Amino acid sequence: MQHTSTQDTLVGLFVASGIIGLFFLAMQVSNLSSFVSEDSYTITARFENSGGLKIKSPVSAAGVKIGRVTAISFDPKTFESIVKMSINSKYNALPDDTTASIFTAGLLGEQYVNLDAGGSDTPLKNNGKIEITQSAIILEKALGQFLFKSAEEKK
Amino acid sequence: MTAFLEYLGQSTRISFTKLGRASYFLLQILAGILSLLARPRLLLKQLYSVGVLSFLIITISGLFVGMVLSLQGYYTLSDFGAEESLGVMVAASLVRELGPVVSGLLFAGRAGSALTAEIGLMKATEQLSGMEMMAVDPIRRIITPRFVAGLISMPLLAALFSAVGVIGGQMVGCGLLGVDEGAFWSQMQSGIDFKDDIINGVIKSLVFGFVTSWIALFEGYDAIPTSEGVSRATTRTVVNSAFSILGLDFILTALMFGEH
Repeated sequence: MQHTSTQDTLVGLFVASGIIGLFFLAMQVSNLSSFVSEDSYTITARFENSGGLKIKSPVSAAGVKIGRVTAISFDPKTFESIVKMSINSKYNALPDDTTASIFTAGLLGEQYVNLDAGGSDTPLKNNGKIEITQSAIILEKALGQFLFKSAEEKK
Repeated sequence: MTAFLEYLGQSTRISFTKLGRASYFLLQILAGILSLLARPRLLLKQLYSVGVLSFLIITISGLFVGMVLSLQGYYTLSDFGAEESLGVMVAASLVRELGPVVSGLLFAGRAGSALTAEIGLMKATEQLSGMEMMAVDPIRRIITPRFVAGLISMPLLAALFSAVGVIGGQMVGCGLLGVDEGAFWSQMQSGIDFKDDIINGVIKSLVFGFVTSWIALFEGYDAIPTSEGVSRATTRTVVNSAFSILGLDFILTALMFGEH
């Protein structure tokens, strides 16, 4: 009987360590910990061009991550891109004249939405819209414009 | 020429017959799962021999694989000044591929071969027929507990492998090579998705556990009951398991990660 009991303990330890391993992967290695049970609200913004923005791209304000992009769709009437973002409920005092712009982290890094708070007193509500937006900077376009301009100046 | 064609046809027929027997065998195993619930002690014993005894080889290999990955990745990444991405590189390759695949291969070598040899010897010494004589179904009594134990152990072992590997990678990366620890973890957390990466890795390891246990048990059960037959069956277990794991890994990867 003694033998079986140590065996049981070892099996228990094995299963426990496996589950701890899985838990470690979930909490420490993956992004699960930043998602768990966070209350959030949704806001939308229309961009002329959302560039390389992806679902799950970060949304930040003053350099601090406050939410994520949840959906990107194309409006067939206005030919704009509609970006839905879910923002952590802790930050529910964003004014309704907040500006949204798409920036790139570093020169070639991933793109993210940056929110610049305005001066209005009324906060953005759930499903609120951001009116003032600035599109993503497309590197090729910017380069093209720059080359075109420098060619003009030479004339 | 005729002899060659005859041989070709014969061997094709034999392999299809074998596949048919293997499928029937699998159905028998699955049919016995419910009755296993009434006797959990059988399962516990097998969890010990299949899972606990593989624990050491899996954790030690995981540690070294993670350390090597970190070392190799560092040299490549530092060429681009992207050492901070070491964490996400180590974790992604472990969680998506190396964890399930390498632990599957080790599992086939460590536990699968033992299962085949055990069942094959039971058959050779007529223990299985003896059980049938006593009206004990050898599939329910011997095979199903081992199968379920393999199915439970494999995801746990793969998770352990990846977890230990990440820790090994962190030890080498941050301790030896001087990558910033905060960047290592934060890049990892932003790069690894729970559903897309970790759950898919667990699904992979479940599939590998299923296939490896099935092959190992069937080869043992189907072995020619001589010492040579058992030795051949053991070899076939390791070879076939390795092929199936690597082949299935390609298919699963294409299915899971292909859409992005």
